[in-house]
Amino acid sequence: MSHRLKTGGRLIDRSRDVKFTFNGKHMKGFAGETLAASLLANGQTLLGRSFKYHRPRGIVASGAEEPNALVGLGKGDRYEPNQRVTTTEVFDGLTCETQNHWPSLDFDLLAVNSLVPQFLTAGFYYKTFLRPRAFWKHVYEPVIRKSAGLGKAPSPDARDPDSYEQIYAFCDVLIIGGGIAGLQAALSAAETGARVALWEQTAHWGGRAPVDGVTIDGQDADAWVAATIAKLEAMDNVHLRLRCMGAGVHDHGYVLGYERVSDHAPGTDAPRHRLWRMRAGQIVTATGAIERPLSFAGNDLPGVMLASAVRDYVVNYAVSPGQSVVVVTNNDDAYRTAIALRQAGVGVPAVVDARAEANGPLVAEARAAGITVLTGKGIRKVKGGKKVTGVEICRIDSKGTAFTEVFDCDAVAMSGGWSPVVHLWSHCGGKLVWDDTHHFFRPDASRPPLGADGAGFVRACGSADGEMGAVLMGAHEAGLAAAKATGASGTPPAPATDQVPDMAPMDAVWMMPRNAEYDLRMKMWLDYQNDVKVSDVQLAAREGYQSVEHTKRYTTLGMATDQGKLSNINGLAILSDALGQPIPATGTTTFRPPYTPISIGAIAGGATGPVFQPLRRTPLYDWHAENGADWEPVGQWRRPYTYIRAGEDRHKAVNREVTNARTNIGLLDASTLGKILVSGPDAGRFMDMLYTNMMSTLKPGKCRYGLMCNENGFLMDDGVVARLSDDAFLVHTTSGGADHVHGWMEDWLQCEWWDWKVHTVNLTEQFAQIAVVGPKARQLLERLGGMDVSRDALKFMEWSEGRLGGFDARVFRISFSGELSFEIAVPASQGRAFWDRLLAEGADLGVMPYGTEALHILRAEKGFIMIGDETDGTVIPQDLNLNWAISKKKDDFLGKRGMEREAMVHPDRWKLVGLETLDGSVLPHGALAVTGGKTANKQAETEGRVTSTYYSPTLKRGIAMGLVRHGPNRMGEVLEFAGPNDARIKARIVDPVLYDKEGAKQDV
Amino acid sequence: MLLLTCPCCGVTAEETEFAPGGEAHLKRFGPGSSDADYESYMFNRKNPRGVHFERWRHAYGCGKWFLAARCTMTLEVFGTYPAQTVEPPAEIVAAIKAKRPEWEGFA
Amino acid sequence: MSDMAVSALPGASYAGFVTVAEAGLRGMISLRGDVAAGWMTDAVVAATGCAIPAQRRVERAGDMAVAWMSYDELLILCDYAAAPALAAKLGDLLSGQFATVANVSDARAVFTLTGAQAGDALAKLCPVDFGTLREGDIRRTRAAQVAAAIWVSGPEEMTLVCFRSVGQYMFYLLSRASAPGSEPKLYA
Repeated sequence: MSHRLKTGGRLIDRSRDVKFTFNGKHMKGFAGETLAASLLANGQTLLGRSFKYHRPRGIVASGAEEPNALVGLGKGDRYEPNQRVTTTEVFDGLTCETQNHWPSLDFDLLAVNSLVPQFLTAGFYYKTFLRPRAFWKHVYEPVIRKSAGLGKAPSPDARDPDSYEQIYAFCDVLIIGGGIAGLQAALSAAETGARVALWEQTAHWGGRAPVDGVTIDGQDADAWVAATIAKLEAMDNVHLRLRCMGAGVHDHGYVLGYERVSDHAPGTDAPRHRLWRMRAGQIVTATGAIERPLSFAGNDLPGVMLASAVRDYVVNYAVSPGQSVVVVTNNDDAYRTAIALRQAGVGVPAVVDARAEANGPLVAEARAAGITVLTGKGIRKVKGGKKVTGVEICRIDSKGTAFTEVFDCDAVAMSGGWSPVVHLWSHCGGKLVWDDTHHFFRPDASRPPLGADGAGFVRACGSADGEMGAVLMGAHEAGLAAAKATGASGTPPAPATDQVPDMAPMDAVWMMPRNAEYDLRMKMWLDYQNDVKVSDVQLAAREGYQSVEHTKRYTTLGMATDQGKLSNINGLAILSDALGQPIPATGTTTFRPPYTPISIGAIAGGATGPVFQPLRRTPLYDWHAENGADWEPVGQWRRPYTYIRAGEDRHKAVNREVTNARTNIGLLDASTLGKILVSGPDAGRFMDMLYTNMMSTLKPGKCRYGLMCNENGFLMDDGVVARLSDDAFLVHTTSGGADHVHGWMEDWLQCEWWDWKVHTVNLTEQFAQIAVVGPKARQLLERLGGMDVSRDALKFMEWSEGRLGGFDARVFRISFSGELSFEIAVPASQGRAFWDRLLAEGADLGVMPYGTEALHILRAEKGFIMIGDETDGTVIPQDLNLNWAISKKKDDFLGKRGMEREAMVHPDRWKLVGLETLDGSVLPHGALAVTGGKTANKQAETEGRVTSTYYSPTLKRGIAMGLVRHGPNRMGEVLEFAGPNDARIKARIVDPVLYDKEGAKQDV
Repeated sequence: MLLLTCPCCGVTAEETEFAPGGEAHLKRFGPGSSDADYESYMFNRKNPRGVHFERWRHAYGCGKWFLAARCTMTLEVFGTYPAQTVEPPAEIVAAIKAKRPEWEGFA
Repeated sequence: MSDMAVSALPGASYAGFVTVAEAGLRGMISLRGDVAAGWMTDAVVAATGCAIPAQRRVERAGDMAVAWMSYDELLILCDYAAAPALAAKLGDLLSGQFATVANVSDARAVFTLTGAQAGDALAKLCPVDFGTLREGDIRRTRAAQVAAAIWVSGPEEMTLVCFRSVGQYMFYLLSRASAPGSEPKLYA
């Protein structure tokens, strides 16, 4: 049974107990250790059930590569599934529960899947749930959903109470990985004067070296690490981060770092996670290597662990995974584990070495310590149910039909060699090369990822580069080269020297024993989390799968949350063997960010609640909010759709506002309208290009309605232009179009007509603009006083400026409602005071604000088009009978050539008409007019569509506009529109101007 | 995510400060042009695998448009230059030639 | 009529690891025209007393400042009430030249960030290397999802200018970014 050792533990603080619960059971750990160490110290080796077969599973690894030991962490709003116990630092009050079992961890009924594993082989789902098709939705989908997924999603009512943030940072050289190679690379880079950042994903500097007994310049690694960190901390040009994982390397030196700021210390003010958006000139990956499992029968039982992980638990946390541990290996490194266990007083019945001979210094040391070493042997199978009880040994070259020895033990430490962590090297296109000595893929320095300047921007060092001996010189060179590549010129001192024992070559052993029979192969796990076995990959190869990418998806090898960190190389070795080709010919699957899963909170960053997206407020926003505004989003603006009063619904409120504007005075907050100053000697010429109609002839003091098209001839924006002076125009755009139109103008001025003397200034937010609309509008303005707004002094389609009621005002006599109307612009800062003044002065005149829906109805009654309703990006002005606004005198304007195309002048284009239902009802939005015939595709043939439709309180019936084939020539004709539930609604084609056709009311 | 240097304000910034504007050096064909010329102006784009000239606007910065010569395959940026030109300037062409000797040149 | 004028978020302030305060009404004039032209220098010096700033720099004289926004755009900062008259004066000084003067005082919201860690707070919002900015620099960029101009206006002070309509959004952003306990300790 796993247990706490009486002494030792370089990372734990035995004076600080940490209390936590596991499946409701109270447990105790020590500060400084991972939850994995605490659980093992409490004898908890069974930690979950596997995905497909519900096999009992325990901890395999000691870090980010752990495939099995995932738990649900926390409670309620802080519950989070699938958290790795090996990367979770234990803290006081931690609660966790195991996953993927029913009814309990110890007794799982779904483990029957495991009794007939041949039913769930590679491609099981594809093969089983294919026929009959009728079963897809109601039989197969529920079955698959029930068995799918690891862990439970948090409750839909849960609201994450923690905060998350992102941060942009910059450096010359970013070193990822804080082991001794990373530290040396950082130091050498920093000593050149370069700006250096160093990230380490765990809570400790130094990586494996202190565990492995490496000595540096004659001292132990821990002492060198402490001294180096002290040196780095004292340098102004160095930025160090613990608990910060390099999640992904992207184009042009962009790196995402996932900092778990307070996972280990919840309840502080600190954000939980911080996502670093780092721009590095050069990157050095010092991400180490991950040990590979060996494939033998029963290699997934709780108690079978990576040899390096066993060593980590013993040395770092004073935890042994068992009382008696058999070590099985194909290399020298695992002997370190045997020696560490023996030194800690743990029994090591034998080291089982697959190699014919084992003679390295570490082997000699193990033998000298009295440890039995068996060579040329492997594990035939692991004995036990929910935990290891022993191992059967056989000859490595046999079929494994019989065992040669049996050992009782309660844990197995396995080592199948190492794989450099090449993920970050590969994310952005770095290529790999197969190393025949160490049997792994390592970075190919001649084919690095390429940056903005076309040169490589990532280097690897240490074991991440495939260096399995001394690493510091290589790390120094990598750090120095990276710094030089960013232009640094300083010369760092020589690096420290790390002394590591010589290692005899490893032996590639992809299956143990090499000729294992099927019964054994179907119990050899490659991918623990997704339950993919040696036999599954072999089956896929027999079924014709050759591409490693296809095999991955077919078998799900490497597709679990650990992304195949342990299984990748073993799996493709098995595939290569089955295909009869060398491993490099098979290649690897693609490494994609993030390195390990990162939280959605970190991805969202702070963009939640009120800062989820920008909300633009006019100067009158607060007044609207306090007076019943029913908001409508218009672009990023928030505008009142209507103001709802007590006892009203939306519909009633809108009708009240329309009627009041037609009988008394309505006020509209039109501040969102785009207002762009176009000035300069060539302003008139430029305006003539922007608009379809002639603008250069407009006289100062006058206003003109105009249309803007894109180069296709499609209507893009509209609005009223005021000529301010000989060389200045004020362009009004739609609310949503201001930024686009401004950008459009700048594009033409900067990129096409750069010799024209024209400036544009976007003044949209400089002014609060209020429309004063209705028969009594002039009366109200006259009460304010200061400007002559009489019919003759300020004629329809004129503007003037002055002091209105003491405000700095520009008054436009324009109308989008058909009523007597003034649009008044005052500086935004004075907007609220002006609005308040209008309300106060006009109280007895019946002044009343109206919202965007009343605005729409007022314009629709007048037959005025609205960009976005009557237009959809495929409508030309001619479709809307706006030919009068298209100049025939101009040689050129934007969109003119586009309008000349055959399809644009075709007589069958749908054109604007008014629509009047026979029964007075309101047509549905977007309803299509159907002819009753069928198209060639046997669909209902259409001849028109509704573009705007409202209830008109003025006319007391539904009104609509629409685009209809030959519409203007078909006045009086009745069309059928398709409504919901196959309803057919009859509507008559009428003139779109339904109110005051002569325009008498606006010109009074 | 790309890094680009705006030649108008001198800032080197990440892609999120910029807005892309498609292929550069298009010749506008207005009224009177043939259908083929108009079509090529509006719709036909080179979309090469390799050296490409693009329009970018420093939308969150100085607001200016500029042009970039870039490799669509490796994302290497050969240089950026002002938008007020109808073809890539000589120093940009030289920079590309130095890196991509096989490049057929701007056409 | 400046006595009726109110800024975007009058009096808003937040004391985090930096202090964020809405700066109230500020006079601002957008001046378009060739920044390198001699007549531009003459007009700007005559109107403000400030020299023409170098690329991405701000020149100050008394309560006036002139910021480089682009090769054909300057932003003049002054007292709010003085802006209309100053704009008119610039218009006169530049008459006959290809130049455009516009009072944009009301189109903006201005925030002051005070404290040694102002760059640390802004680094959470802007893709900018604050380690390379010096006093008197101005950097136009993006703060979260909106445009912003950041002026290093003092040894431990940054002035951020954004559009008025997003003043409230910006204040939320700046407050969150400077929340106590979230110090990233990047630059300070």
